[in-house]
Amino acid sequence: METLGFLMEGFAVALTPYNLMFALFGAFVGTLIGCLPGLGPANGVAILIPLAFTLGLPPETAMILLTAVYAGAMYGGRISSILLNIPGDEPAMMTCLDGYPMARKGRAADALAVSAIASFSGGLIGTIGLIMLAPVLARFALTFGPAEYFALFLLAFATLGGITGKNPMKTVIAAALGIMISTVGIDISTGTQRYTFGVLELYEGIDFILAIVGLFAISELLFFVEHRMGEGREKMQVGKLSLSLKELVTTIPTQLRGGILGFISGVLPGAGASLGSFISYTLEKQVVGKKGRFGEGDIRGVVAPEAGNNGASSGALVPMLTLGVPGSGTTAVLLAMLISLNITPGPLMFTQNADIVWGVIAALLIGNVLLLVLNIPLVGFFVRLLSVPPMYLLPIVTMVAFVGIYSISHSTFDLYFMIAFGIAGYFLRKLEIPLVPIILGLLLGPEMEKNLGHALVLSDGDWSILWGSPLAIGLWTVAGLGLVLPYLVGPLLRRRMNAAIKESPVSD
Amino acid sequence: MMFKRFLSLVAAAAVSTSAMAWQPSGKVECLAPADPGGGWDFTCRSVGNVLQDLSLVDGTVQTVNMAGAGGGVAYAHTVSKRAGDNKLLVAASTATTTRLAQGQFPGMNADMVTWVGALGADYGIIAVSKNSRYQNLKELMDAVKANPKSVKFAGGSARGGWDHLKVLIAAKAAGAEKLPSIPYLSYNNGGEAMTQVVGGQVDAFTGDLSEATGFMESGDLRVIAVLADERLPGKFSDLPTAREQGIDAVGPNWRGFYMPKDADEAAKQYWVDAVDTLYASEEWKQVMARNGLIPFHPPASAFDEFVRNQVQDIEALSREIGLLK
Repeated sequence: METLGFLMEGFAVALTPYNLMFALFGAFVGTLIGCLPGLGPANGVAILIPLAFTLGLPPETAMILLTAVYAGAMYGGRISSILLNIPGDEPAMMTCLDGYPMARKGRAADALAVSAIASFSGGLIGTIGLIMLAPVLARFALTFGPAEYFALFLLAFATLGGITGKNPMKTVIAAALGIMISTVGIDISTGTQRYTFGVLELYEGIDFILAIVGLFAISELLFFVEHRMGEGREKMQVGKLSLSLKELVTTIPTQLRGGILGFISGVLPGAGASLGSFISYTLEKQVVGKKGRFGEGDIRGVVAPEAGNNGASSGALVPMLTLGVPGSGTTAVLLAMLISLNITPGPLMFTQNADIVWGVIAALLIGNVLLLVLNIPLVGFFVRLLSVPPMYLLPIVTMVAFVGIYSISHSTFDLYFMIAFGIAGYFLRKLEIPLVPIILGLLLGPEMEKNLGHALVLSDGDWSILWGSPLAIGLWTVAGLGLVLPYLVGPLLRRRMNAAIKESPVSD
Repeated sequence: MMFKRFLSLVAAAAVSTSAMAWQPSGKVECLAPADPGGGWDFTCRSVGNVLQDLSLVDGTVQTVNMAGAGGGVAYAHTVSKRAGDNKLLVAASTATTTRLAQGQFPGMNADMVTWVGALGADYGIIAVSKNSRYQNLKELMDAVKANPKSVKFAGGSARGGWDHLKVLIAAKAAGAEKLPSIPYLSYNNGGEAMTQVVGGQVDAFTGDLSEATGFMESGDLRVIAVLADERLPGKFSDLPTAREQGIDAVGPNWRGFYMPKDADEAAKQYWVDAVDTLYASEEWKQVMARNGLIPFHPPASAFDEFVRNQVQDIEALSREIGLLK
């Protein structure tokens, strides 16, 4: 009941015309970013962060904008999967399997419509799960001491390479790079400077917003300049909608299963939306059995992964909001934004910044409705945008990135840093080193170090405190499983997933 | 009292005549050595507004944010690039003096700028969770004296930072020994530290009053001592001071300004007087009330000395706990 009251207050925040406008804008831009091949939700949010700073948005509006972008990108990813057989982002890979065959059979409009509806119910289920689970977990999180937090961060790192990582070694390299970058600056546990070489600008460490915008937005720009300068894609034909209500109704059980499974896999740290869509698709195939024609354009093969990845996107917000540990790459970027807005994620946020938490949750619900409305009638518009040459989009992205970063600190030093990160990001992507683990390393590394230090201070140097409570032991066990399972199940999953990919996107 | 008022009238008259000599014309710059949204940014923006309202400046006061090194970038900028600038104020606080004292602004010290004045303070507190067995600061410090490792503190600054120092100031005043072995857990901000105290993982919270008001009002946190000379006004009046519990520890986190050393004497005098006038105004009193600032305003002549003493005290304390060699 209490939750409902908070949710109403959240709606009061999210429904102000100003916030609603940004939610709509975010949903629109998010869909657009999602449907551009290669640009996933993490990039989308990273690109929009500077805009929030440029416009000087208040914290709740900034977070509503970015969450709407996040949800929108999850919707948008399916468009190019269905039409081009190129996933707009990694979680949309599974949608290619049946979406593209459907389009080939002239049912592109049906596939787009039904996937929009599936995204909606997945998002709705996920958000309802978030509303029910988050406050409970937030209260529970108060019992987390340094030792439990240390185990939790360990769990996040262990599951990081996870199921979708192509090369575990490269994931480790990326995470290590992130942790290395994060050690620059004052070490708060000892009060001493590390790796600052007397450069005053480095004393407070490297701002992760700089790293995120540089790595994602600027490197994206460099990639576009290299690959697709000026080119657009050919115009796509969508065709007429022939979806019957009866057919839609038959997909409802699929939507429910997909949404719930997606939510659960989203909540697990590190797994994220790709796993959600994969599990939903695979399970659906098992449930339907031989009656289905999966891989040849079965409508349930479009519904399941879309419900799954949108359910997961809300699920991934649960650990981020309640524990301050992101469940996926995009939530890591959102976490960075929260921190730079001076808001401490974690159990406290639900009492100290209730307006922001519940405003964001309400905005997710509203955003889902907006996205459904946007995606059914406007789908033709997004399809046309797929053929807009990037030469018109990129100058805008670049401008916003520079103005936004400059408006945070008014420091040209930061701009050079951002460019350096952009160039580094470009080369790292050339080497196929994933970028998301860098961000996670950068964000979580110092926290893990801090909590280890604190645990040892509390126990007066006794290391056994790290596995001294049942909760900590549980977390260690899950972390162990997270580390081992990908080696057992991973190759199998990857083989199936790779079958669907031609163009490799960054990640979710 | 009468005599004091008379003096200040004379001073005010002197200002109005000597102000003829120098007055800021055009844009005045207020440098906030951090990103927008923090305490220094607040100092610049609110003082800028009131200066304009009181017509102490004829143009506008522009706030410029220059983050980096906990104020070190702005300090270096003021010392090296703006040495003779008459129209530059830089926001400062106890964090600035702490870093100066600990040599964290390499090659720079407190003598390289002119300290203009303070405009209020946020007082240090020591707090425990509502279920804590410690009822007051004395009990807590007795436990520390008996075994320095028995009470764990959490705060929002790095080791050796202001929140840590407040614990040491109080422990030293209480007569505790082995200050370096008192466990201190540093968090990124006061909020994180308070969560651990409220959650029962850590025994006591050290921070500033303004950070803790939310948890105080919800009843989760119990303030056992304010590190102020006397009880604070208004709704904070029932919080006990450390001093009345027999522990002579004071820890104001003041907010104020410094300006370039080589500015004209007339300009320096103008800003010192302007800060006095501003502090006495109704408009500023409202700003203080709205933002939980507590009165704190050493007389203009004594502020420079106050800063120097604070730097010396912090330096001595840092040496004692081994942060400085």
